[in-house]
Order: sequence, then C-alpha cells, then structure tokens
Amino acid sequence: MLIAPARRSYGCFYLRRSALQARFVGWFLFILLLTGLTFTVHAECLTRGTGDLGVVIERASGSVQVVDTTARTRLFLVEGLGDLSHASAVFSRDARYAYIFGRDGGLSKIDLLCGELVKRVVQAGNSIGGAISQDGSLVAVSNYEPGGVKVFDAGSLKLVADLPAHDAKGGTSKVVGLVDAPGQRFVYTLYDAGEIRIADLSDPAKPAVQVFRNIGRLPYDALISPDGRFYIAGLFGEDGLALVDLWGSQKTARRILDGYGRGQQKLPVYKMPHLEGWAMAGREAFLPAVGQHAVLVVDSEDWQQVARIPVHGQPVFVVAEPGGRRVWVNFAHPRNDTVQVIDTHSRQIVHTFKPGKGVLHMEFTPRGEAVWISVRDADAVQVYDTSSLTQVATLAAEKPSGIFFSARAHRTGL
Amino acid sequence: MRKTSKLLFVLVMMVNLPALSAGVDAARQAELLHLLKHDCGSCHGMTRKGGLGPSLLPDKLRARPQALLVNTVLEGRPGTPMPPWRGLLSEQDVHWLVEALRQGKGL
Repeated sequence: MLIAPARRSYGCFYLRRSALQARFVGWFLFILLLTGLTFTVHAECLTRGTGDLGVVIERASGSVQVVDTTARTRLFLVEGLGDLSHASAVFSRDARYAYIFGRDGGLSKIDLLCGELVKRVVQAGNSIGGAISQDGSLVAVSNYEPGGVKVFDAGSLKLVADLPAHDAKGGTSKVVGLVDAPGQRFVYTLYDAGEIRIADLSDPAKPAVQVFRNIGRLPYDALISPDGRFYIAGLFGEDGLALVDLWGSQKTARRILDGYGRGQQKLPVYKMPHLEGWAMAGREAFLPAVGQHAVLVVDSEDWQQVARIPVHGQPVFVVAEPGGRRVWVNFAHPRNDTVQVIDTHSRQIVHTFKPGKGVLHMEFTPRGEAVWISVRDADAVQVYDTSSLTQVATLAAEKPSGIFFSARAHRTGL
Repeated sequence: MRKTSKLLFVLVMMVNLPALSAGVDAARQAELLHLLKHDCGSCHGMTRKGGLGPSLLPDKLRARPQALLVNTVLEGRPGTPMPPWRGLLSEQDVHWLVEALRQGKGL
C-alpha cells in the first residue's frame, strides 16, 4: 500500500518519454520483470480519457472491475475492498478516480487508469453509501453504525468533519439517502429519527446543519432532482414521501403522495426500493411504489399523482434513459429475473424481458445508446442496445451488483 | 395411558427438534444459504453484521428463543421492514435457516 503511489507515478513517467527512451526504459522494465520484481506490472497505467469508463461492483468477492463502455470490455480487476454488499460509487471531478462505499464502513479510492486501489480507510462499522461535494473536494459517507455522516478530503481521504446523527432524545440513528447539493451541501435522512438534514460545508471546519423533523416514519432512501432543487425521502412506515425544496425557505418537509396505497393490500417487501437516479421525463417523475406492483407517475409542478402503472413485480430501480424517453424497471425477489421498459409518453409497458435471476442494477451510457445490466446469479453483466432492445454483449463478473459510469462525475446527486 | 403417550410425543419431538429441519436436502440447503447471503443480506449484510436490519451473527442470536426467531422469519415483524417469508419458505426451511444462523454456517 505504501509503495503504491511510487509505482503509479513511475508508470506515468514511463509513458510520457520519447520512443527511444521508452525503449530503453522498456528493456529496463523487462529485466526487472525477469528478476521477479512485481512493480513492473504497474507500468501499464493507461494514457487515455476516462469519459467512457466505469466500475462494476462484484459484491461477494470484495472486488471491482474497471470497464470500458466503448470496447465493452474489462480493463482491470481491483481486489481487496472488503464487504461490498450494497456498495455504491461516486467519481472525482476529473473522472480519474472512483470512490467506493462498502458495507463494512470501507471507503476506497480507485485509480481508473492504473486499475489500482490508491487508498482505503475503514471509517465506520457499517455504512450505506456516499456523495461527493459540488467542487469535488469532499467525499461524504453515510453510516449505520455508528449512525452519522463523515466527511473526508477527496485527495487524501483524511477526516474533515464528523456529523453525528443524534435524534432529539439523544439516541443515534442510521443515515440513508445521502446526496450532494449545490452550495457545498450534503443532504441526508435519519432512518430511525425520521429527519432530513442539510449540512453546509462551505467551511468544512464549521459545518452548518439544518434539521427538518417529523418527516414521517422509517424514511428508507432518498433522491435529489438533477437540478439540485427537490430532495425526496421515501417512507417505509407510511404511504407517502417527504419533500424538501432546496430553493425555498421552508422550515418543515412537505408530505407528497400521502396515502398513495390507501385501500390496497400492501404486499410483503422482500427488497427495499431504491430512489437513487431520479426518473424524470419532462415534468413527470416516475417512482417505485413500496409494497405494490406499481410505478407511480407524479407531476413535479404540484406533486400530485397523475398515473399508476401496474408492473410485473415490486419495483426496485426505476431509472430513466438519458433524455427521459423511457424508464427501465427491475424488481424485488422473487421476481428479480425480469426487466420492463415503460414509454414515458404513452405510459405503456413497451418491452418485457428476462435477463436472468438476480437483476440488481441498470446503468446507461452517458447518451443512452446502451444499458448495462448486472445479473447476479448468472455471474454476468449484459449490455443491451436501447434502440433495438437486443443484447449486444456479455461480460463475465462475479456476483455483480452496482454498475457506475464515470459520467456521474458531472451530475448533481450521483 | 393417553397422557403418557402425549408426554412421550412431546419428549420425542423435543429430542427430534433438529429433525424438523432434517427434511431439507443438500440442494435445498445450498439454495437457502444463497438466499441468506444475497437476499437476507441486502438488509442484514452479506456477512450478517447488520445493515438496515439487525445483525444475525451467532452471538446476537444466542439469547433468542427458537420459536421467536422462527416466527419472525415466517410471519415478519409488523412495524419494521422485515417481511413474512411464509409462502416462499416452508417451516422446515426456516428451522434449518435459523439453525444455520446459530451455527454461523456459510460465513
């Protein structure tokens, strides 16, 4: 670990030299290789852009693949990242590094060009995801155990600020739904306490935290609209969602879609829906209904439900293609072998297909010509052409879960 | 006589309690361990250290009565996200699963 930076810089040095020198250095490296010194491997840092790269989480083996979405191949396998169940990633603003948030509290920084783990800190006992600040200087992690948010310097991963999640009675709360917002802010939700908080880290030494209490029971996840204006937390303990308008000056969270499932038998929920990745088409938002085989369509002007689309199972992810023409939906256990595509204009399901058991995540290439789908039980990532809706590639991956492309580096809330 | 046989039945049942899970064959056991890791794991952690749901490590379960644990899995826990697994899992499955959790099987 300690010699990693040295290896990396050596590799870049090598690639920048003239051909003659390169040949000489190449021979030198070859001899080193013969002598069995392993660091020569790292001379293979790539010199290319990272705009079409991404990472695939291999949840069970604690490893991450660095992938090329143009060639549709794996570039590197980075190992030793701990427990990656429910792991997620954000990218540095230059899109060279990925920050991986593991379940075991591990925060890992990966170099996409060199395919190596640059730094890893275990910052809590149990955590659930993170975010990177507007200016890219801070990485925040939301924790279950001990509950709260920790903020790190994006370069060194040194702790910058600690935001504990004590509720009014002094108890601690698990933190979910952490996102970045304009103005060097992080917004997050306290699961046990039922609160939304906005932390302003313009001065990291003095974080200013605004608290919205009594937002509803058991908020399990949250999202922010791509313009950074609306933060919405889904409630597990009640039918409805809690909304904070970050452009406004409100003191309380507003309840929307109150009682959307009223009068309907709630089904057992075998997997919590995810709210990350706001599915927005025009002014309409598409959201997963908790405990129902339905996607809800909401008008973002007045937050009234305008439609309820019956789907194959309980939705987990409802994600829009870039541009919002269609949304793609995957489902909870035991119906997690299927994906459905909804045309947002007609609100009709236009395609249903079965990639295989354990469809866990879907990620679109930046302009949406392809979607990558992780199929856990098939140990594969399948790539589909979104125009023809046909499968165009398959990559082997061990129990893949989250897929994250570097274009997220430049999007609020991702 | 009747009373004795009833008592005998209860005694046999107690001794044979693990036998309730004996009907779970090797293939089903593998399926259940897979479910435990990947589906239960989404809330309780793949390493069972907990997440949104509590830890399921052996030392956390030691003090909990068998009936309570079996009942929690089968019927769920109202007021929490723990769903009832009855319908997807048989009682035999659940007895085997709880025993597997107690022994830290598959960790």
